[in-house]
Amino acid sequence: MSRKAGVVGVVAVLALLGLGAGRLLALGAGFGSTASAAPVVEGPLDRPGLIARGRYLATIGGCVACHTAQGGKPYAGGRMLSTPFGAIPSSNITPDPATGIGRWHFDDFWRAMHTGKGRRGERLYPAFPYTSYTKLRRDDVLAIFAYLRSLSPVNQPRKALGLSFPYSVRSSLLAWRALYFDEGVYQPDPGRSVAWNRGAYLVQGLGHCNECHAPRNRFGAIPRHPRLSGGLIPVLDWYAPNLSAQPGGGLQGWSTQDIVDLLKTGRSARGSVFGPMSDVVVRSTQYMRDDDLRAVATYLHSLPSPPQAPSALPASAGQPRLKQGREIYRQRCASCHGKRGQGIAGVYPPLDGNASVTEPTGINAIRSVLLGGFAPVTQANPRPYSMPPFAQQLDDAEVAAVVSYLRQAWSNNSGAVEAGDVARYRQTPVD
Amino acid sequence: MGLWLAVAMFYTATGRAAVTAVPDTLQQRIAACTACHGEHGEGRVKSGFFPRLAGKPVAYLVRQMQNFQNGLRKYAPMEYTVRQLSPAYMQEIARYFAAQQVPYRRSPIPTVSATTLRRGEQLAQHGDPGRRIPACASCHGRRLTGAQPSIPGLIGLPYDYISSQLGAWRSGTRSAPAPDCMAEIAQRLRASDIDAVAAWLASRARSTDMQAEPAGSMSPPMRCGVLNPGEGGR
Ligand code: HEC
Ligand code: HEC
Ligand code: HEC
Ligand code: HEC
Ligand code: HEC
Repeated sequence: MSRKAGVVGVVAVLALLGLGAGRLLALGAGFGSTASAAPVVEGPLDRPGLIARGRYLATIGGCVACHTAQGGKPYAGGRMLSTPFGAIPSSNITPDPATGIGRWHFDDFWRAMHTGKGRRGERLYPAFPYTSYTKLRRDDVLAIFAYLRSLSPVNQPRKALGLSFPYSVRSSLLAWRALYFDEGVYQPDPGRSVAWNRGAYLVQGLGHCNECHAPRNRFGAIPRHPRLSGGLIPVLDWYAPNLSAQPGGGLQGWSTQDIVDLLKTGRSARGSVFGPMSDVVVRSTQYMRDDDLRAVATYLHSLPSPPQAPSALPASAGQPRLKQGREIYRQRCASCHGKRGQGIAGVYPPLDGNASVTEPTGINAIRSVLLGGFAPVTQANPRPYSMPPFAQQLDDAEVAAVVSYLRQAWSNNSGAVEAGDVARYRQTPVD
Repeated sequence: MGLWLAVAMFYTATGRAAVTAVPDTLQQRIAACTACHGEHGEGRVKSGFFPRLAGKPVAYLVRQMQNFQNGLRKYAPMEYTVRQLSPAYMQEIARYFAAQQVPYRRSPIPTVSATTLRRGEQLAQHGDPGRRIPACASCHGRRLTGAQPSIPGLIGLPYDYISSQLGAWRSGTRSAPAPDCMAEIAQRLRASDIDAVAAWLASRARSTDMQAEPAGSMSPPMRCGVLNPGEGGR
């Protein structure tokens, strides 16, 4: 990573403009840009089969979540994507000629998806996860284009960029791209199964899972990380856990079925979904075909164990606090999560061995206790149960006590949290 | 909170969980909502900011949840809680709260002068034509108990809640589909008017019959998007 050492602050900081530091890890791996895969016979766009395939792919890609303003028309853009440096509006990708992609040729669209450049060649901010979409094959990108072109056009001009100088200048992305962006279609690994390769393609490309599930460093001086090693999502302040199923990984002990259940229904025998992962399940993964879900699980199962990172948190909260936490748990939590944190199958998630409880920062458990809330509404779970918020009932020290207790109870073995950590997360960002 | 105890786990001597019955009821499912709004949607007595839901018109309740989803109404914990709920589930939840019949409780009101109360009554019953403020009763029902299907009652709401909602309309953290008649009315009220009308409304005795007026019985003096769907729109 010596290449990064001399980089000036602006560039380093621009790394954070992406929702995705996923790219950071590919740096240094030395892949050049790969020529796009097999040539695609483009043909007419209005073929029903092509449009249907594009619709499926766009759904997995989660395009609509970012390209729709709160309460706005689907795909018409205008949602402001928060970054630590300001907000970036998503674009209108309906086929409106004046304000959307109505005048785009397929090559323009391919260039945006594959190289992260707009129709006039301008560099796009990596809040648009082209850093992942660059892995898509040309035939898949064509299908997505055909689907988007089949939507009703919506006239909605672009919103103003909410970034200040120098981040507002697109040419500042030049250096960022040189450092962090590896262009190139996914190259199958012939040593692996078809399912594994399909899973890797979906996770690394369309699913852009790494955009959240990888660490990001404030100064851009990031050591090399394995994929999906877990990371805090800036601004939103949720921790997206490590996705390795090997010992020490966030999904340790998860079966293929557990992973499939979680992505399809929003809950599993191991834990349930909340926060930004709810959007992913509700909008995308619940619609994945079963073979694709199993492919994703196959790939996640192959991820290596994470290195043992020393925790920044104190190992134990001390006896009095743990005792207080145990008492709060018995009175307020055990009725749903079980005396031994085992949960109630299909209704309430277990807390014993739950990666959201044991993740390194403690943030997810703190915020779950403060906010409560519903597991996501999915086709398979249309009337989910919910958890009451405890923000009103418990003060900072009490939340810290019960969370510290959870993190050390049963088979859990993670560091304690402090009242000060709780105070910080009482404000809820909602977008 | 009584409900949660009802589902407490029972253990056999061997420590294995005996078959645990979690009630398969809506009430059990919506523990998040009832923690803030009360078991039957009666609202929080101590804090007027947690509004009553019981007995409000179904369409009104659904629309408020949608408004929190689409950003017309702002309150972060509510936005987080309803964010992912489907239209069908929201409808079911709204029907539950609309059907609850729980007595209204008197909530604390600040001490205000008789003149202020008279001003409040004046606004509620007759409006202030000079400032183009229509009578609240012209939309909210002759008895101010609301009108089906979309206008909520004003009797029974706490002082804190009424004044904060009118304030929210003025500051833009609450809106309704355009044309937003309540936003216009809130703009026309002075701060002292908001105090006066909130205090007078909160001090009204709750009648035994708190039913909303039937649909079509009111002729609103202003246009409201929520009353004429399809017109204006968001
Ligand atoms: C995490 C949020 C996010 C997701 C997911 C996302 N986009 Fe975007 N997209 C953006 C943002 C933000 C921009 C604007 C970038 C800029 O202005 O530099 C953008 C820009 C674009 C552009 C360029 C438009 C223009 O006018 O230059 C295209 C094309 C596009 N996205 C297509 C897609 C497709 C197709 C998908 C799904 C496969 C998708 N996006 C998913 C956030 C996202
Ligand atoms: C927008 C950010 C984001 C994206 C994109 C995202 N995740 Fe997540 N994910 C999270 C967060 C935050 C959590 C922790 C909250 C939770 O457990 O629901 C999480 C949790 C998970 C969990 C559960 C871990 C546990 O212990 O319960 C799995 C499995 C998972 N994600 C898989 C995926 C996969 C596969 C993808 C890509 C298809 C993906 N995620 C994309 C943010 C994201
Ligand atoms: C009425 C039942 C109920 C009670 C009481 C309850 N919870 Fe929960 N809890 C749930 C449900 C349902 C979820 C899943 C929410 C979601 O997916 O968003 C959950 C999720 C969680 C999670 C996140 C784990 C995951 O996989 O989603 C944690 C941590 C948690 N609860 C801790 C607690 C603590 C600590 C208490 C007591 C202070 C408590 N809960 C009380 C029902 C309950
Ligand atoms: C953290 C506490 C909290 C939770 C959880 C919560 N609410 Fe609310 N809710 C509030 C508060 C506070 C307001 C008033 C916000 C404002 O000032 O506009 C409100 C407003 C509402 C309103 C508008 C009431 C009116 O008369 O205009 C409805 C309807 C509502 N909530 C329904 C629900 C439902 C249904 C749920 C569960 C799905 C829920 N709430 C969960 C606190 C909460
Ligand atoms: C032209 C018709 C009209 C008039 C006149 C009117 N309102 Fe309203 N009001 C409405 C409508 C419609 C709503 C529901 C808005 C929504 O859906 O968010 C409402 C909602 C409210 C609410 C929110 C209640 C809740 O449960 O959250 C309050 C408070 C309120 N009005 C106060 C008043 C007061 C005080 C006056 C008289 C000064 C008044 N209104 C006059 C139409 C009217």
